[in-house]
Amino acid sequence: MTTTDTVRKVDTDSVPAVSRKRSRGAASGGLRRAIAPTTLLWVLAGLYGLPVLWFVLSSLKPAGDLFSLPLTLFPDDPTVSGYKEAWASANFSGYFINTIIVCVIATILTVGVSCCTGYALAKYDNKWLKAFFLCILATTMLPAEVMLAPLFLVVRDLGLYNSLSGIILPALLTATGCFMFRQFFLTVPDELIEAARIDGARELSIFMRIMVPLSRPIMLTLAILSFQWRWNDYIWPLLMLNDPEKFTVQIGIQSLVGAQNINWSVLLGGSVISMVPLIVVFLVFQKYVMNADINAGLKD
Amino acid sequence: MTKRASDASDVSVSPPRRRSKYTLAPLVLITGNVVLFALFFVWPAVIGLVYSFTNYTGVGSFQFVGLDNYQKLLGDSTFYSATTRTLLYTVLFVPLNFVLSLLIANVLVSKHAKGASVARIFFFIPWLLSPIIVGVLWRWLFGENFGLVNYLIEKVGGSAVPWQSNADLSLIVVVVAAAWAWTGFSMLLFIAAIKNVPTSYYEAAALDGAGPWRQFISITLPSIAPTSFIVILLNTIHAMKEYAVFASLNNGGPGTSNNLLVQYIYQTGFKTGQIGYASAASFVLMLILMAVAIIQMMVNRRVENR
Repeated sequence: MTTTDTVRKVDTDSVPAVSRKRSRGAASGGLRRAIAPTTLLWVLAGLYGLPVLWFVLSSLKPAGDLFSLPLTLFPDDPTVSGYKEAWASANFSGYFINTIIVCVIATILTVGVSCCTGYALAKYDNKWLKAFFLCILATTMLPAEVMLAPLFLVVRDLGLYNSLSGIILPALLTATGCFMFRQFFLTVPDELIEAARIDGARELSIFMRIMVPLSRPIMLTLAILSFQWRWNDYIWPLLMLNDPEKFTVQIGIQSLVGAQNINWSVLLGGSVISMVPLIVVFLVFQKYVMNADINAGLKD
Repeated sequence: MTKRASDASDVSVSPPRRRSKYTLAPLVLITGNVVLFALFFVWPAVIGLVYSFTNYTGVGSFQFVGLDNYQKLLGDSTFYSATTRTLLYTVLFVPLNFVLSLLIANVLVSKHAKGASVARIFFFIPWLLSPIIVGVLWRWLFGENFGLVNYLIEKVGGSAVPWQSNADLSLIVVVVAAAWAWTGFSMLLFIAAIKNVPTSYYEAAALDGAGPWRQFISITLPSIAPTSFIVILLNTIHAMKEYAVFASLNNGGPGTSNNLLVQYIYQTGFKTGQIGYASAASFVLMLILMAVAIIQMMVNRRVENR
């Protein structure tokens, strides 16, 4: 420990002086040093981007050109006919509306429930709260996939089979959300609450009027995550929904894949349409997702 | 070490004074989650355990059959193959995802790499896509007669590879597709961890003449060990319950050779109505998950104590 400290001291003293003296030399050295990592970075980025690029460009080809050889990267004659056909066929617009309803309601409720629980876990210390915290931890051990059959029976017995609320309600219990809010509220000083109490504020109004507004960044982060989880859900909606009128986008697309003869033009168009909302949400709120301390919450 | 320190600070921050006198407010605040927990966790867990000892089909009456379901599972070759296939998938997916995301995180935080903030989006977008779309997309790339990959292989003089009709190759395609899709998440965890390593360590190592590889092995890897543990644990649990990518990429095919555990549970429980039997299979999956978590925690503790 002491050795690194002294080294650092020497280092900080010497480095600026050196770099100032030969700033021009350092610049060209920096360029040379940048070549290898930059190339590696962009080769990798290319490998990750290429599948999506190929997929999106293919979706713009007319159905007849999809399999014509030689394969070309760019469509000769870009068209959105695949999109139109997908949107019109198989009630795609209905799937879209269903999915948006599920995502929006589930997200609002998830954020609300998690915020309340996270605050209680962070700022009160009753024994039974600690016990409940352990219960929340336990839910990460037993994901919904493991309890498919019994969970299905419970939701059916509650009369929620074949309804959108049957998809929404079981999804609201998320350990990640509670953790995120708990971690955040632990960083809020207790003095703030004490001061409000001395001023005569009641517990729940402290929460509603001081704490909820404070936690806006966490709310936004969890909202984005929750929106993504619900948008991408597959197996649970598949089990819950029987009526094609109520299908979500992912089930609609999977039913196209399961068809005997895949109509690739429609499948590609529908797939790209289904990607758009999440990409837009992500690009708009990018900085929140990238800065999110997702170490705090772990389950998806 | 760190754990003890944080425990101590907890005690000093919250002296045992009047805070626990509040009962009503926290109770109201957690009511929502308590109800959800009881309805959608405790209830299904309990009846799942009970049903796993019965021949329940989802409707009508049922009988207790003791350990019959579990005994039948042991002799069920379909279940056995689903389990080994799931484990094989996990063993292939987790290291690949670990190496890729660690490599990319390192390149992204390197101060010499230009354009990192733009490049990061390329790695992140696959994580946004739903598993269904990931499956469709890779199915399109790896089509046997029409896919881009086989086209390129033939272009350079190779012969078309049976990506869909060979069971092992089609598993590998899913592994690659899933690793591609999950890099973004693991990468974010690694980036946060790498940024937290004090730069003075690297400066000291550089003064001692350590090259980038040596610095990575001796400084980065040990410093991010706790994050590595979390990444491996999360990826393992995720891989054990994978289904959607398989469903849309090759539907567990060719044939039934790549049916994984969750698909097996889905099919026995919902296609053939053997709820009791499917519940037993679920509990086997749960036991595997718990074993994985416990083993990894023990390994982690041993590493940290060293």
